[in-house]
Amino acid sequence: MASWLIVGTVPTETFSLYLGAFHLENWEIHFDGDKRGGVVEVQRGTPTLLAAACLTLESLGCKPPMALLCGDTGQGKGSREIYAKLVQCLPEQTFSGLTFHYLYPDVDWHNRIWLALERLAPRPQLVCDAGYMYVAKMSGYAQGYDLFTPDLGELTFLADAQAPHPFYTRGFVHAEDHDVAALARKAYQDSNAAEWLLVKGETDHLVHQGKIVANIQEPNLPVLEAIGGTGDLLTGVVTGLLASGRPMEQACKEAARLCRQAGQLANPTPASQITEMLARLPELVRSLG
Amino acid sequence: MGFLAKIFARFGKANAALEKERTDQSFLTFQHTGEVIRAEQLLADHGFAVRVLAPPAWLRTGCDMVVVVPAVHEPAIRALLESQKLAPEGVYPVADGLLAPVSLFRYVDFGDWFMVQAANMKITVERRSGRIVNVSGGGCPDVPYLAAKYVGMTLDDAEEPRFSAQTLCAYALQKAFMEARRRWHHG
Repeated sequence: MASWLIVGTVPTETFSLYLGAFHLENWEIHFDGDKRGGVVEVQRGTPTLLAAACLTLESLGCKPPMALLCGDTGQGKGSREIYAKLVQCLPEQTFSGLTFHYLYPDVDWHNRIWLALERLAPRPQLVCDAGYMYVAKMSGYAQGYDLFTPDLGELTFLADAQAPHPFYTRGFVHAEDHDVAALARKAYQDSNAAEWLLVKGETDHLVHQGKIVANIQEPNLPVLEAIGGTGDLLTGVVTGLLASGRPMEQACKEAARLCRQAGQLANPTPASQITEMLARLPELVRSLG
Repeated sequence: MGFLAKIFARFGKANAALEKERTDQSFLTFQHTGEVIRAEQLLADHGFAVRVLAPPAWLRTGCDMVVVVPAVHEPAIRALLESQKLAPEGVYPVADGLLAPVSLFRYVDFGDWFMVQAANMKITVERRSGRIVNVSGGGCPDVPYLAAKYVGMTLDDAEEPRFSAQTLCAYALQKAFMEARRRWHHG
């Protein structure tokens, strides 16, 4: 079975472009084919997603994912190196799926990658979160993706046809006051949502083609919203479950439940760090069987 | 004047006022969002009435902001920006409504901690010490970088995010940071 590729940035300028395997050791990401010997600490962002996907797949006895990464602290230079590498390598390598994460939104590069993806047969599964989800919506190609993992505020952004970025979304802050079903329907009707949405919030909503098909509410821990990396954790776990071969609906439901259970076992406060939840993941994934 | 004529006259006046406001303003574009953030601060520090808004759809590339300035001050503004090596890439008249950023804050009380959200960014602070314990949300690459920098610092010790902000998410973090600082000092 082909590997799953995770595409994102790491928060340092000095990390140069890397495509290859990785493993997790003492909450650091180690790059197996990298002779430079660099490591990246797992705190939040794409390193957390990498750790969650890796732990999930290892706990299921499956092959870990691959990573395409570059350092980027906001200038966008590292993201553009990633985009260029991806356009070059997509025709040469086979991936079962790709997860796009913290990347500088650049609609021109998005569209070049989209063209490269469209030429692949079969086309890999496509998951988007964070900056790449923003640019996927802005590009007008959102419905070509398999899964977006927005939080409730980002769902409001997807449902606002005019907003180019969540920063400009009308009604963003009070997203919890909105009707999630109506927002999901509008986002899909306007072609601004992927086929599936896993909407993260006090209740996680699984949406298929604009309709809510499942709600995951338990265990309910409001403090998780404050902890940086909980969204990365969820996207990482769902990536791992999809890469293991699970169908989309099952993968999303299990991922949402697992992340809530990991939170409960970690007994978190708003000051907890994401590694406390990641540490609980292997035992929970193994219990899935 | 008949009823309909009055309505059309009022409508015409409103349109004329709107048109005047539009033609009175220009917007400046920059190569990178980080330059927009620095230009806004520089111009505000020099007393210019400026606003940050979204560019019109035909100018959008992904992570965009423009600085809207009074057209009458454009020569002075350009000179000031150029003196600081912040020359705009383009200057355009404001011809259509530009989207404004989210301006409301969400506040969540967690007892010993509180969280402030601005747009898609959240910052959580220990009430007793003012220590930043978590930064979450966002999607642009400087968010994990800024989060790693800020977690563990107090609101008073930490430098405002705008000094290293490069993206819209970081600009939103600046707003959340300032609101958190205000709340911590004034309750």
